[in-house]
Amino acid sequence: MATNQWWASETFWRKTAIWVTGGSMVVLMLLTMDTLSQISVGTTRVPAYSVINHRIEYKFDEQRKVQVPVIGAKEPLFGKELNEEEAEALVKLGKLTTQAKNCMNCHTLLGNGAYYAPDLTKAWLDQYWGTKEVREVQMVEFIKDPSDKLHNSMGRRMPKLGITDEEARGVVAFLKWMSSIDTNGFPYNFKSIEQEN
Amino acid sequence: MATLGICDSANLNGGQKLAVKYFTVAITLFGAQVLFGLMAGLQYLMPDFLYGVLDFSVNRMVHINALVVWMLYGFLGSVYWLLEEESQHEVVGLKLGNLIFWVLTAAVTVVVLVYLLVQVGPGKESSLWLINEGREYIEAPRWADIGIVVSVLVVFYNVAATFSKGRYTGIAGVLVLDMLALFGIYLAGMFYTTNISIDQYWWWWVIHLWVEATWEVMVACIMAYGLMKVLGVRRKIVETWLYIEVALMFGSGILGLGHHYFWIGTPEYWFSIGGFFSALEPIPLVAMVVHAVFDAGARHAKNSNHPTMAWLIAHAFGNFFGAGVWGFMHTLPQINLYTHGTQWSASHGHLAFFGAYATIIIAMFYLAVQHWRGGVWMSGDLPGNGWKWKWSLGLLNLGMVGMTVSMLVSGYVQSQIERAIEGSSWIGYFAAQAHPWFTQGMWWRELFGVMFAVGFVLLVWDLLTIGKGEQRALVPAVSEG
Repeated sequence: MATNQWWASETFWRKTAIWVTGGSMVVLMLLTMDTLSQISVGTTRVPAYSVINHRIEYKFDEQRKVQVPVIGAKEPLFGKELNEEEAEALVKLGKLTTQAKNCMNCHTLLGNGAYYAPDLTKAWLDQYWGTKEVREVQMVEFIKDPSDKLHNSMGRRMPKLGITDEEARGVVAFLKWMSSIDTNGFPYNFKSIEQEN
Repeated sequence: MATLGICDSANLNGGQKLAVKYFTVAITLFGAQVLFGLMAGLQYLMPDFLYGVLDFSVNRMVHINALVVWMLYGFLGSVYWLLEEESQHEVVGLKLGNLIFWVLTAAVTVVVLVYLLVQVGPGKESSLWLINEGREYIEAPRWADIGIVVSVLVVFYNVAATFSKGRYTGIAGVLVLDMLALFGIYLAGMFYTTNISIDQYWWWWVIHLWVEATWEVMVACIMAYGLMKVLGVRRKIVETWLYIEVALMFGSGILGLGHHYFWIGTPEYWFSIGGFFSALEPIPLVAMVVHAVFDAGARHAKNSNHPTMAWLIAHAFGNFFGAGVWGFMHTLPQINLYTHGTQWSASHGHLAFFGAYATIIIAMFYLAVQHWRGGVWMSGDLPGNGWKWKWSLGLLNLGMVGMTVSMLVSGYVQSQIERAIEGSSWIGYFAAQAHPWFTQGMWWRELFGVMFAVGFVLLVWDLLTIGKGEQRALVPAVSEG
């Protein structure tokens, strides 16, 4: 009878289930510790918030064969250089605003969220904003009241969400910071706004 | 003496009386999910529909939150349903269990009302505590998170303590550990951080380790119980299969978490780990199909509840295709780079949640109604040849498959035009969204959504009427050994 075989026995599979589950959890814990240390703020993968004082580019890396963020010359956001704490406070305000306004249920961030509106991962670098000189102002104005601004040919529009001037600046800071995260080449083959002087 | 043909709570044991309350809320929220899904789908076609009143973000949030909560209610109900029978002991804290049911349901109601009426708040932590956490699937504000944790702890206590005092079966062992993991993981989503990479790292712990690990094991337990109940499969067989499924599900699903760590800032080693283990995730689902279909076939599909059996089989295939095949299609990083964050994910999400979870909870609904009506006959020869359950089964499944395929077509268009050709810019995004092939998919999705909604209405009608006035008692499935 097959039930007498070790590979068909209840005990064997119960033990296997326990060991496999336990083993997988241990490996996941170890990987989690390593990953968290690699993605904390101020690492090469996830730069410090003060990165918003610099130009951020997204360039093809010959070795990795994907685009990676490149931190360039000083280009303070809104023309004002911030120290580390001020930068963090502004980005934090922006991140909180994106959560409180439920951005993720239309947009994707790092590709996660809803698919009704464009991905925000590299929104800061998108050609939609025209030139880099007008980008910051355009973004703040758009976020504050998008309802009457140009969107697309389909009539899909972002609603006015009661975002204040300060919150909008925070969101732009958050988007600029997010564009500096090394996302292993996502989004692929992205065409960035012209930033050379 | 059971009263046949009418819904009499005297026909149920204590845990089952509580279970039908959970099931009632579950199916109500299922209805809300369908309704808000139809509205959000319509906004793709008519963007001005409810613009500024109930925007897409609100409809979509209610759509997916209703999903999560109705399924949780379905699971909690299923656990309470089988608890006394499986443990052969009364639920130890039934009064507390009842109280917590009402507390949880009141909390859910308040959360939904705030979603609909308040919608958004200022960019402060207080908004996250009181209105909306703004993180997909776990939008529930922090106060509600705490309420959910307290509530599920009570359910966990009830389950663990009841099994400890009564019979501690193999299913009990898996269920107790699984619920502990399920509830523990929820805590990983209950904090704020500005670092979006770390935010999404832990967020996936909740979403993935629920949906692709602990929920799968939960339904494996329900399946084991269901097969014993309606087919009379031997306990030794279902419990051995259950251990095999746990080993395969956790063995592939825990590290399969890595397929969400390709593009969120996390290191490149997740490509290999996530790609490899998530590619294995369909295997336990194949095992489940084999298990269910073999057991049914071995008994010539002779069973004590035809709708339940049909939905269990729908579950086995839906889980395999929706979670397994549709997930596998875009799980490797080399393809995921083009599909991540497109309608591919929506296509997969729909078929997976429906196939893996909605189906088996519906199976439990039918089992509950059968016994609520005193254990009535629900096999062949139903009045009208059981046309209502058959048609709703057909419409719900066909509607879902139709939606899934429509969204997949739109997803292909997005991958091609937005990603591969245009380079993922916003111009590329809109070029794809406005492309006739894409919008065609969205139209078909809405039409199949309407078909699904009709199936849902029929399902509710059937659950309210099936077995009404039935005087034949069920012939219990007899275990052959």
